Amino acid sequence: MIKLVYPKGKLVAKTGNEVMAEAMRQIEPDVVAAYPITPATEIMQIFSQFIADGIVKTEYIAVESEHSAMSATIAASAAGARAMTGTSSQGLCLMWEMLYIASGLRLPIVMAEVNRAISAPINIHGDQSDTMGARDSGWIQIYSENSQEAYDNMIQAVRIAEKAKLPTLVTTDGFIISHCMEVVELYPDADVKAFIGKYKPERYLLDIKKPYTLGSIDLQDYYFEHRLQLAEAMKAAKNIILNVAQDFKKTFGREYELYEKYMLNDAEIAIVVIGSTAGTTKVVIKELRDKGIKAGLLKIRIFRPFPSEQIAKDLAHIKAIAVMDKADSCSGAFAPLYSDVVASLYAAGVTTPKIVNYVYGLGGREINISHIVNIYKSLNKIASGQQKPSTTIEYINVRKTKHSLFYKCE
Amino acid sequence: MVNLKDLSKNPERVTGGHRLCAGCGAGIVARQTLIAAGSTAVVVTSATGCLEVSTTIFPYTAWKNSFFHSAFENSAATCSGIEAAYKSLKKQGRISEDIRFIAFGGDGGTYDIGLQSLSGAMERGHRMLYICYNNEAYMNTGIQRSGATPKGAHTTTAPAGKICQGKEQNRKDLTQIMIAHNIPYVAQACVGNWNDFITKVQKALDVNGPSFINILTPCRLGWNYKPEDTMSLARLAVETCIWPSFEVENDVYKINVMPKEKKPVVEFLKPQGRFKHLFKQENAHILETIQKDIDKKWEILKYRASVNC
Repeated sequence: MIKLVYPKGKLVAKTGNEVMAEAMRQIEPDVVAAYPITPATEIMQIFSQFIADGIVKTEYIAVESEHSAMSATIAASAAGARAMTGTSSQGLCLMWEMLYIASGLRLPIVMAEVNRAISAPINIHGDQSDTMGARDSGWIQIYSENSQEAYDNMIQAVRIAEKAKLPTLVTTDGFIISHCMEVVELYPDADVKAFIGKYKPERYLLDIKKPYTLGSIDLQDYYFEHRLQLAEAMKAAKNIILNVAQDFKKTFGREYELYEKYMLNDAEIAIVVIGSTAGTTKVVIKELRDKGIKAGLLKIRIFRPFPSEQIAKDLAHIKAIAVMDKADSCSGAFAPLYSDVVASLYAAGVTTPKIVNYVYGLGGREINISHIVNIYKSLNKIASGQQKPSTTIEYINVRKTKHSLFYKCE
Repeated sequence: MVNLKDLSKNPERVTGGHRLCAGCGAGIVARQTLIAAGSTAVVVTSATGCLEVSTTIFPYTAWKNSFFHSAFENSAATCSGIEAAYKSLKKQGRISEDIRFIAFGGDGGTYDIGLQSLSGAMERGHRMLYICYNNEAYMNTGIQRSGATPKGAHTTTAPAGKICQGKEQNRKDLTQIMIAHNIPYVAQACVGNWNDFITKVQKALDVNGPSFINILTPCRLGWNYKPEDTMSLARLAVETCIWPSFEVENDVYKINVMPKEKKPVVEFLKPQGRFKHLFKQENAHILETIQKDIDKKWEILKYRASVNC
């Protein structure tokens, strides 16, 4: 339950989509371009009403596709505007080409993204396949456990993007956060505006006294250096994110890091997970701790840039780890989060933890307390040597597959 | 009509030294467009294509005004994003200058992959001029057929061969599609009729809303003709009425260049290597079809101009 942290804050009941729209209202970007692909997010409809009611002065471009949404947002940003958009699922897929261009041109766009499954089969419910598919596109990716985090992340994203000169997306889990009503603390408009500050681009197309060409063809003699700059910017963004979080804590009182450690320091078994499932996991951990089981959690907030070195340090002492992916990369090997966690540990010389990859919740399939309990049970057996860790992905709560950990239970 | 003496005082904003081919029509289109804009500040966007890659090889640029490119299919959406940013910053007093917005796209980036983006931008009513420099195929990518490629033309993806005689389908009439968007100004022009084109650009930039010009732009490589013939060849397209010069201003049609005598289309087709196979005896019927189609369309256009609708 969210409690008041900021003296001037107020508690309201809102859905994830509503709070993301609220954050956008307070940010009041110069330009927003968006398209309602199926599945569409409500965020843009709510924001459109703010415009229709004269609450914000944003120029809204109701484009004819998500490809154009990202194209127009990129162009507005290059022109010198603070530009935002929002999408989910298929829309993010359609933006794919332009996502790489946004980061390649180093444009500080902020996107409100709702994690929803991608076709086929068409589904519309929540999983993280959409943003996981965009993980190499050079966007900072910030995930949220609940509506409060989504709201806080949106506000921080503006500062992060503009300082890092990298586009940044903030996500919520489709339906679980986006459509559910929760108590959220909102901060006053003026305080949010003061926190994000005014956008002052170094160089922009509408500066006609300093005209410039952006989007040049960049051949063998320069391309690689520009891509390296992008890679370095992503690495450097970790400190920027931490600095913004520090300032956010100083201003509004809530604490954020690259990831959250929940009862991890003395844990023997741990789950690594992204998004709302972390909330369910915390409930389970409390119960297990009461029974004397040293369970812990590492919740990824920032997936890009990936907090590799830091994670390796914080997981080094864990005996058995479950890395839970709400997306499958269909690689014939492992899912995205697992691959990054294992690579991070190995690179840091951490080879003692036994690590299992679980894929869960595709297309909005339920993930509940009993599933998490079963994972911890299994981790306990692995930690004590009673069970060998699976060398392939364990799929949770899915029918007709002999790989499913829970198939036999059903 | 514009006056050459006045135009000569206008700044050159597309400089020499770009890497377009000798005789390329696209460079002429860009240069004349910017001359037409005079001293008005402009921001230019372009679809991926010859014009963009040849004028912006990093770290060089041929553009003295701001120029932006991001992808192939989105020149219009891109231009609309910049125009929206302009409206926002102007409203807030963060910029004071009057700026006009020009989007370029080749026929591939306009007729085909960029059509949705163009249609959306026109429907939304952004104040922008979209210029399609139409060289009737994907020339930058390797002379592949496009929706603008005329019937019978040889391209690398609809080549003339033992059983096929180039493109078998008619091109789509994009100018009519744009007219159907009910935007304030739509025109067709050709490279070579510089006064007609520059006048149209000036009219289009004065329109308080979206405008569109489809300019036939010979490509020396893809059309396979002598580079020094670019101007005269394009003018032949107007004189044979395969590409009439006309405009639709607030729903009223006007033919801008009325040929003194309508020449047979073969005069336009013959100098071009891409139509060479049509002049084999057994392909005479294709030439006949092309001529018939032109005659029909020309009569319709004349009728529309005569009844002012």
